[in-house]
Amino acid sequence: MASEATTTATSDDPNALLRLWRNKEARSVIIQVFTLAVLFAFLAFIIGNAVQNLARLGKTFSFTFMLEPASYDINQRLIEYTSRDNHLRAMFVGILNTALVAGCGIVLATILGFIFGVLRLSKNWLINRLVYCFIEFTRNVPILLHILLVHGLIVHIMPVPRDAWDVGEAVFLTNRGVIMPKPIFEDGFIWTSLAFAVAIVFAWGFRRWAKKAQDATGKTYPVFLVGLAAIIGLPILVLFVSGLPLSWEIPALGGFNFRGGLVMRPEFLALWLALSFYTSAYIAEIVRAGILAVDWGQTEAAYAIGIGPSRTLRLIVIPQALRVIIPPLTSQYLNLTKNSSLAIAIGYMDIVATIGGISLMQTGKEMETMIIVLSIYLCFSLVISSFMNWYNKKIKLVER
Amino acid sequence: MSEAVNDPIIEINGMHKWFGRFHVLKDINLDVKQAERIVVCGPSGSGKSTLIRCINRLEEHQRGRIVVDGIELTNDLKNIDAIRREVGMVFQHFNLFPHLTVIENLTLGPIWVRRTPRKEAEESAMKYLERVKIPEQAEKFPGQLSGGQQQRVAIARSLCMNPKVMLFDEPTSALDPEMIKEVLDVMIELAETAMTMIVITHEMGFAKAVANRVIFMDEGEIIEQNEPREFFNNPQYDRTKLFLSQILAQ
Amino acid sequence: MDEAATENRKYPPGCHPDLPPPGIAAGPLLWIKDNLFGSATNVVLTFLAAYFLWLSIPPLLEWAFFDAAFTGESRKACKAQAPGACWAFIQNRFELFVYGFYPRPERWRVDLSFILLMVALTPVLWEKVPQRAKLLLFSCAYPFVAGWLLTGGLGLKPVGTDQFGGILLTLVIGITGISFSLPIGIVLALGRQSRMPVPRILCVAFIEFIRGVPLITLLFVASAMLSYFLPPGTNFNLLLRVLIMVTLFASGYMAEVIRGGLQAIPAGQYEAAQSMGLGYWKAMRLIVLPQALKISIPGIVNTFIALYKDTTLVIIIGLLDPLGIGRSSLADSKWQGLSTEVYIFVAVFFFISCFGMSRYALYLERKLDTGHKR
Repeated sequence: MASEATTTATSDDPNALLRLWRNKEARSVIIQVFTLAVLFAFLAFIIGNAVQNLARLGKTFSFTFMLEPASYDINQRLIEYTSRDNHLRAMFVGILNTALVAGCGIVLATILGFIFGVLRLSKNWLINRLVYCFIEFTRNVPILLHILLVHGLIVHIMPVPRDAWDVGEAVFLTNRGVIMPKPIFEDGFIWTSLAFAVAIVFAWGFRRWAKKAQDATGKTYPVFLVGLAAIIGLPILVLFVSGLPLSWEIPALGGFNFRGGLVMRPEFLALWLALSFYTSAYIAEIVRAGILAVDWGQTEAAYAIGIGPSRTLRLIVIPQALRVIIPPLTSQYLNLTKNSSLAIAIGYMDIVATIGGISLMQTGKEMETMIIVLSIYLCFSLVISSFMNWYNKKIKLVER
Repeated sequence: MSEAVNDPIIEINGMHKWFGRFHVLKDINLDVKQAERIVVCGPSGSGKSTLIRCINRLEEHQRGRIVVDGIELTNDLKNIDAIRREVGMVFQHFNLFPHLTVIENLTLGPIWVRRTPRKEAEESAMKYLERVKIPEQAEKFPGQLSGGQQQRVAIARSLCMNPKVMLFDEPTSALDPEMIKEVLDVMIELAETAMTMIVITHEMGFAKAVANRVIFMDEGEIIEQNEPREFFNNPQYDRTKLFLSQILAQ
Repeated sequence: MDEAATENRKYPPGCHPDLPPPGIAAGPLLWIKDNLFGSATNVVLTFLAAYFLWLSIPPLLEWAFFDAAFTGESRKACKAQAPGACWAFIQNRFELFVYGFYPRPERWRVDLSFILLMVALTPVLWEKVPQRAKLLLFSCAYPFVAGWLLTGGLGLKPVGTDQFGGILLTLVIGITGISFSLPIGIVLALGRQSRMPVPRILCVAFIEFIRGVPLITLLFVASAMLSYFLPPGTNFNLLLRVLIMVTLFASGYMAEVIRGGLQAIPAGQYEAAQSMGLGYWKAMRLIVLPQALKISIPGIVNTFIALYKDTTLVIIIGLLDPLGIGRSSLADSKWQGLSTEVYIFVAVFFFISCFGMSRYALYLERKLDTGHKR
């Protein structure tokens, strides 16, 4: 047993406690118990203080305030909400707003990041250096400054609605936001949506069939083109056949502002664009490192067998590059989601601004609202991290 | 060993290559006959690798002509693809695709380039795996194999495309000593099947056993070429003598 | 005629001279051809890039330099001089940007702290410094020395932390955060690697919590919630609370950096230390940590750069870093409407300092890469 092995010089040690300390297993138990004791003492101390301070200020610790009316308006929202709704609903509006800007940001940042990353590998010196300058400037300036700069540009440089810049008389750029036509879905539109779903299923099915056919006969089929044609073509066809059940609410200038149409407010625009460009600079470096990480010898070996450049990219380079790219990429997605909390600086109503901002100020429940905000972000992070760990395990290269 | 057939399968005339300003290959003239086994040796930096990489267009030559199996090597992509299908290459660092299994490594070329149905490709691949004596590793990933096994898989991968010429760029230089023999055995067996081979190597035992011709290169030029016995016993030029003394000094 | 002759001349083996390559003679023309006009797509890209530069650079230069006013007493005075940027604002408020509201007669203390900072950093960042061990002791003591110099007491006139602002504030937060997060980060990293479940779980929980929430929420906790956890009646000023949260925040990230450094050390080092009979803490202190920290220095510098950029967030809870000073100065009616100049000035300030630091981190990484071949 371990205890016998470790107590060599202590057989003549009269102090039983010291003997216990020298025993490796006992020592680790003692240390852990001690640590836990210190931790609990510390927790008791701060919780005790909190209870005392709350009592002194006449506050209680409860979450029932969430069901009381919020009494404030939220200008940008994805679901119905009025100032008579309760704080819980306000919180949901905040969560949806965060999800919206984070989701749009992730999409745009990924697209831009991949484009910049590939351009950064270009042999064209001018393009290479231009992108490098952009990346260095973006990464070395704090994100808050980016958000404020873009917001300032939109609010100060864009024209007032009366002098709006327009694109085709339908999309208007003003300092009150970007206003575009709002699609109105009439009854018959359901067929187009169905057609879209059918097209996706068809494209996926065709891909499977083509793979089987290739295994059997060796012939290849243009899976990408057929799939693209289906997903774009079929819904459009059904749209026309069903009598164009889609109309647009074109924004019209009435008084000092536009009426109707879909509005993208400057707060959302500024936050979305700033977050996307800032994160895209980091993603570009990740993409570049990922592609460079694939040994040039892999490409040469593929060429030597006779596989052409685009197939080599698709079958050999990109799968290996993605393995290197995806883990830091998901970190950047997490960073973008966390950075979206700076929305409060320009008045975009995300989680922090609703529950952690106005709700906090109105109800004075600092502890409860902060706990809610922290928990929500922790949930986001845990979900994204677990996905990343799962994905990493799944695609790990099998080695000895 | 089988005798070489007369029509040259590779003709190189007056080939020059520069890397930037550096003149790396100078006036290379070489005819390789079918079923001929050529060993190219020389000090590092002599351009041996560059020479064989020009044959399958992994490097581009700036002057002169290279004709492989009647197809001239130019910037025409169709010619390049056709030539790459007929020429197989084995690299010093194997360059196996780590994210694919051994059998997938082997069938990648036949399926996507020669449009072979999968079953046929897999059967043919298993035959080649048996030839290189590691059929049991078919479902493993390259990272799970030893260096010698990986190189044998690399040889099998090139053979799956049924090439007419096999190029070897120092195939055993990255291997631990105890694994060199297993790879050389595979190459000797290949030579016995009348495959045209150009091998860059320092393994002079292999050259003596199998080669029809040994070529010595130095500083971008072909200095001397001869059949092995004459080459090793009667080197004509001082540089060859110096190189041989260094490499055979054991 | 002559060229063809040289092309086809045969030389005896081993005597072929080095000839120049065909085509454009190497040099700037060749470089232009290869890098800018190599292929059809490259030609298009080059023209697009050149067009974009032509559209954006001249107007920017005009606004920022050629049509700008560098001196003046108010925005009106600027506009009277020139239609472009009004940098007079920056020049007018420069001391505010640097010192915040620190009382003028005591500013020498700020300058002295900065000089001592350079002294304290030298042994940390450069290896070949004479008397390095003694200077490193000073580096450890520096945060306390600087704290005394800046806040006063014990012979120096006390200066309230609410008067800190501008670059002084940025550096105070950044440097305090990094220096105190280093020991905490080491403890967390060691705890995370421990084989005992209790310390390991606690450290993992703390690190994942810190890395899972945005800094702004922790700053809100500092300003709104932290005072609840302190004994009734005590009152920490806002800056101190912010420093605590920023330090805890930096510790989480520092722990991960040091964990990377610990993992980069070959297992053989631990084994050698154990076989010499060194206990756990001695082995850590003498063998493992010095190596781990040396490897981690680029990561530590990167964490510092990130923290340095994050200090701008304090304007949201009311502290006045350079951005905050700029925005609050805009309220002055003399200077209204110059937000672009303010943002650009602060952006350039951050760009220069961060770019410099990241270049240094790159240089360090390269140096350590070659020195620590495995």
